[in-house]
Amino acid sequence: MRHRLLAGLPSPHPIGLATHLELHGPSPLLGRGGGDALIAELEAAGLRGCGGAGFPAAAKWRAVAGRRRPVIVVNAAEGEPMSAKDRVLMTQVPHLVLDGALLAAQALGARDCVIAAPAGVHAPIRSALRERRAAARPAVRIKVEASPHGYVGGEESALLSHLEGRAPLPRLKPPFPAERGLNGRPTLVQNAETLAHVALIARHGAAWFRDGGSGGIPGTALVSISGAVRAPGVYEIPAGTPLPDVLDIAGGRLQQVRALLVGGYFGGWVGGAGEGLSFDDASLQSAGVSAGAGVLVALGAADCPVAETAALTAWLADESAGQCGPCVYGLGALADLLGRIAGGRTERGDGARLTRWTEMVRGRGACRHPDGVARMISTAGRVFATELSEHARRGPCAACGRARLLLTPRAREAATA
Amino acid sequence: MRPERLVVDPTACTAHGMCAELFPEWIQLDDWGYPMIDSGDVPPDLRDHAERAVKMCPALALKLRRGS
Amino acid sequence: MALWYLTRATGGVALVLLTITLVLGIVDVARLSSQRTPRFVVDAVHRTASLFVVLLVAIHVLTAVLDSFAPIRLADAIVPFGGTYRPVWVGLGALSFDLLLALAVTSLLRARIGVRAWRTVHWAAYACWPFAFMHALGTGSDIKPGWMLWLSLACAAAVALAVLARAAASYSAGVAVTGVTAVLAIAGLALALWIPAGPLANGWAKKSGTPSSLLGGKR
Repeated sequence: MRHRLLAGLPSPHPIGLATHLELHGPSPLLGRGGGDALIAELEAAGLRGCGGAGFPAAAKWRAVAGRRRPVIVVNAAEGEPMSAKDRVLMTQVPHLVLDGALLAAQALGARDCVIAAPAGVHAPIRSALRERRAAARPAVRIKVEASPHGYVGGEESALLSHLEGRAPLPRLKPPFPAERGLNGRPTLVQNAETLAHVALIARHGAAWFRDGGSGGIPGTALVSISGAVRAPGVYEIPAGTPLPDVLDIAGGRLQQVRALLVGGYFGGWVGGAGEGLSFDDASLQSAGVSAGAGVLVALGAADCPVAETAALTAWLADESAGQCGPCVYGLGALADLLGRIAGGRTERGDGARLTRWTEMVRGRGACRHPDGVARMISTAGRVFATELSEHARRGPCAACGRARLLLTPRAREAATA
Repeated sequence: MRPERLVVDPTACTAHGMCAELFPEWIQLDDWGYPMIDSGDVPPDLRDHAERAVKMCPALALKLRRGS
Repeated sequence: MALWYLTRATGGVALVLLTITLVLGIVDVARLSSQRTPRFVVDAVHRTASLFVVLLVAIHVLTAVLDSFAPIRLADAIVPFGGTYRPVWVGLGALSFDLLLALAVTSLLRARIGVRAWRTVHWAAYACWPFAFMHALGTGSDIKPGWMLWLSLACAAAVALAVLARAAASYSAGVAVTGVTAVLAIAGLALALWIPAGPLANGWAKKSGTPSSLLGGKR
């Protein structure tokens, strides 16, 4: 399949404005009623947010439409360590994201836009903005701000809190950012990849977009593939690609694959190389996972899934913003418990405790952090049932001593497809 | 009267546990002392209990919220 | 005459109720509840007792003002240290009264002003009680007969115990208990030295600032 978002790549330089226009043509100007038409087109395209939560884009835009003095926030925080797609977009094809942001501003009547991205990718964004200012007088004030560090810093309310100069802590919703966002103004917070898709849907329409994929995830998607594959990196794949084939796109497997972590750290485990599953909503849901932020980590047969799960849980517990008791104490308790299981130091009733606490933390935070961890643990319980009980009985296995596969963001090193 | 649900702001809650004492039909404490609240609409005959739990919450973390 | 008795009686009862309010508040915040006395009971009694304190102190103040014996104006009950009758000791009562009003008003408006502002003001509860206690000892006409002295000391003991219990239940219990014990020991020692030399000694009425025009009369 031809690349859409990543058209023109690999390239030694970021795609400049001239090349961008050559590749994609000019971004359409939205006339009277053009905003509503674009939102309808996003709905017909079935575009969902690509930051992790997968919320339908059209619904998010409608919630902001018609409100006074809205703001557009481009979320390129990418707190998910295994994901590198937003960084690829911002550094390689910034104009596509900018098109999407400006279309959102036109459609919703916004005069202000904030791009929140790690400081390391500010330079290419700034130079893309300079190119545009040289070409035409901008109608929208665009500010580039550093996104917060930390896993939950990319959560939209946490991001907004950070942009307001406060600590990047999530807050309880409602009110949603669409009602009360940046400095109290109605705010559309949209992931960078989502906006890049918008830029193409506005040009080519919903039918063209859907044509690229199949099933529940229309179009194409950026996936960050890492782990036991030959060529880890960010790839654009047609939605609906069978999961084993996705690994082939990343150069094929380095060893037998024991399981895939799908979505991100907050995502879930599926057994083997995901045989029988494909990269679309319906198929992933049947296995209890979701596309999330498009992360795929292949756990090799030589890695210990129990040690990985325990280490990941401990890391995620540590990344809690520390505001909500069930998240602080619940994830902490789960991390301890999994550590005990991995070390073979179990006590009576630990199995039941694992299930009980995993269910207990779901939906108990201001953000979905505990829900994500619960999902990761419950899918691990299903996929790694044998290994978990082996460890509980006999203690650490031979593979436990290996360096952890997760928690080492290998995907970030190899960037483009 | 439109149906109302009980919600807790988990960022404000400090696990005093008074709500579960006052409204055990609807609120239970988890293993760490934080309230787990029935997500359904509070039936009219239990409204008084819900209101008392809201009023007595030492952290003002409990709210009755209209609609979904 | 009846008014003056009412002033003294309501003052005494208010001190006891204020003590109960403070002790229950400390018990509440230190989470020292049990199955038999659930938190909401402790909390409800704390809130109710505090409202009675306000009511009793209001009567205490009004009767003192209306009574013709001591020259106390309404302003003296609110603005501390401005009066002519035992100004320091009545002034401490006024301070305590002001804090009590602030505590009551912010508590009634808690849902409006938010928990943070409310909690900040509520720390004043720890100052409200000592002012009231010193006011009782210094102004009180009933210290010498003894019963009011013992009642006040019993209240002080209850507060001291509650504060110690809270310190012991806090995160840094070691430091807190040491600090609180030191403060309580100094306060206790100061009281032990001052009470016999002050309110119990002869001539306290004059020393405490009773206008000389009143000293001749027997009351």
